[in-house]
Amino acid sequence: MNKTFLIFKHEFLYKIKSVSFIIVTLVIPVLALLSIGIFKLVSTLVESPAEEIKTIGYVDEIGTFTDHTDQGSTKLVAFASREGANRALLKSDITEYIIIPQDYTSTGTIQRYTLEEEFITPPVTTAIIKNFLTGNLLKDEVPPDTVTLIVSPLNLEVTRVTEQGDIALEQSNINNIIIPGVFSLLLCLSFMFGTTSLINGLGEEKESRLIEVLFSSVSIRQLLVSKVLALGTAGLLQVLVWLISAPLLLNLASTTLGGFMSRIQIPDNFLVLGIIYFILGYLLFAVLSIGVGAISSNAMEGGQLSMLYTLACYIPLWLVGIFINFPNSPLWIVLSIFPITAPIQTMLRLGVSDIPPWQLTASMGLLVISIVVGLFLAIKIFRVYMLMYGKRPGLKEIINSLKKA
Amino acid sequence: MTAVEVKNLFKSYGRKTAVKDLSFSIDTGEILGLIGPNGAGKSSTIKIILDFMKPDSGEVKVFGQDMNEAIKNQIGYLPEEKGLYKNLTAIDLIIYLASLKGMDNTLAEKKADVLLKQTGMLESKKMKIKHMSKGMGQIIQFIVTIIHNPKLIILDEPFSGLDPVNTEIMKNMIGSLRDEGNAVILSTHEMNQVEELCDRVLMINYGSEVLYGDLKEIKSRFKKHSVQVDVEGEIGDIPGVIDKKDNKGSVELILEPDTTPQIILDRLRDRGMPINLFEVTTPSLNEIFLDIAGGKHE
Repeated sequence: MNKTFLIFKHEFLYKIKSVSFIIVTLVIPVLALLSIGIFKLVSTLVESPAEEIKTIGYVDEIGTFTDHTDQGSTKLVAFASREGANRALLKSDITEYIIIPQDYTSTGTIQRYTLEEEFITPPVTTAIIKNFLTGNLLKDEVPPDTVTLIVSPLNLEVTRVTEQGDIALEQSNINNIIIPGVFSLLLCLSFMFGTTSLINGLGEEKESRLIEVLFSSVSIRQLLVSKVLALGTAGLLQVLVWLISAPLLLNLASTTLGGFMSRIQIPDNFLVLGIIYFILGYLLFAVLSIGVGAISSNAMEGGQLSMLYTLACYIPLWLVGIFINFPNSPLWIVLSIFPITAPIQTMLRLGVSDIPPWQLTASMGLLVISIVVGLFLAIKIFRVYMLMYGKRPGLKEIINSLKKA
Repeated sequence: MTAVEVKNLFKSYGRKTAVKDLSFSIDTGEILGLIGPNGAGKSSTIKIILDFMKPDSGEVKVFGQDMNEAIKNQIGYLPEEKGLYKNLTAIDLIIYLASLKGMDNTLAEKKADVLLKQTGMLESKKMKIKHMSKGMGQIIQFIVTIIHNPKLIILDEPFSGLDPVNTEIMKNMIGSLRDEGNAVILSTHEMNQVEELCDRVLMINYGSEVLYGDLKEIKSRFKKHSVQVDVEGEIGDIPGVIDKKDNKGSVELILEPDTTPQIILDRLRDRGMPINLFEVTTPSLNEIFLDIAGGKHE
């Protein structure tokens, strides 16, 4: 049997049988399933509390503010004098009161009295008072329906059109970024676990000199290629479990929880691009890890060095807040083409807009070139430093070794 | 048949020369002792033979060829530091590493059973490596080294950390491998082990050859002109003896240049003294090394 396949099989089985791999793979879907179940259970067992009716008192010194006292869960109750309203407040019959002075229409000023210590008036209270005043001011000027329209919140329906003027198949929506965002985070975690696993494995084999036993049987290329492929396949299996469970869980969550969950969309090409970017991203991180594993004197040192690129892959997630507000910034194009951030940034962009084919081609092309060149250099570094124990070489020494090799 | 032939090997790490103009060979059916102090260049030489690293110059042929996959399958290598996959059972580990040498799994398991029984470890077949003692782990690694019937076996410090019982088991197995016609390179700094097992010796220091040849011939070449004697009673003065040294229960008699050991034996017999021990003094490899490295020998 081919030795590359034998090492691949051994490494793959060794990896997927490890407790840490099983936990990380299953914990995400299981936690999501548990959350849905607990939410459903709680919502079934516990009835929603009756909506609390809030009462605001008011003293109308003008005498025309008599309508629109029913503002949803808040009632406005008239008082003849400030003293009467004050007594009601102290007895907790009302939560607060306002005074509409005689000169209100010329000054626009309303006085509000409350027992609470507040820096600013709660926006909900402001809106209720505003609607009450507006409704009364306009009641004899415009039809009642118009008053209702004026005081209702703005319902804005947004539709994105393509550059050809057609309605885009995928509409921008904050809900659309939820699945790509969660998947990007999982992708980062998977890269990090894969990197750690590869560096730890190489570190242990190097420390124990088991690497020498393996080299006495197989070539460096066979060993590295099979290790990378095995860990990549294990990682792919992990991602597939997450990807397959995502629509199922989403469907379950929509029917169980309803609300915004039912409005979450998964981009059409998300599954295919998700797998492609996982494979390319994983291979890139693997070849970087081989180089780091070779020059590190032990697994711990290798883990510290690998933080340089594993943390860099989180950059798109750190910037996601800015990304949502400014999705057309050229920065996102740069990050989706730069190899280390490309897999994560591309996944995030899929949730917001279509990505032009040239950008996808450039992004994937650069990733493939980085992997090929990286593997070439990693094997050279590995050959020179894997059997050297003790002091870690400096950057200058590594460059000199690569020139000689 | 020549198993390994090394010609004019040089290897440096930066300014430090690890191997300097080293040439030697080993035939099938013999054990070559590669000896020298720590840092002498033994491990570097082995790594070059195994093609782990390239020499700066020089040539290495294994069974007349450059290193390739077929040749790798005929080599068994036991490194100085012994490490194994700790979460695997002994049998799974042996089968996996044997398969990398091109061995069929069923055959590997059968052979593993034989070797585990031979080393008294058959009951630990399904024990995980992490639960084994250091000595048990070393025996497993030795089994891994020889399970595929390699024609060339390279052992780097195989006895370090082993208890006397396991050392003896391993020595017997190494001897059997030689008797079966395999070539064995035994790298160690423990020269007494080499004296017990090896047919040929390559002694190196600072990367260069200090001594190379047949062990018996070397010992004969460096033998002292003296005899070890243990007799009942006082030896007294014997003609032809220029000096006497007490030597742990016996006496070493240093002879005049033209006096042979036979003459001394005859003179002792003539005195009618019961003789418990009489042997020509042969220096140990350690003494020879110290002699050469110290520059005492001309």
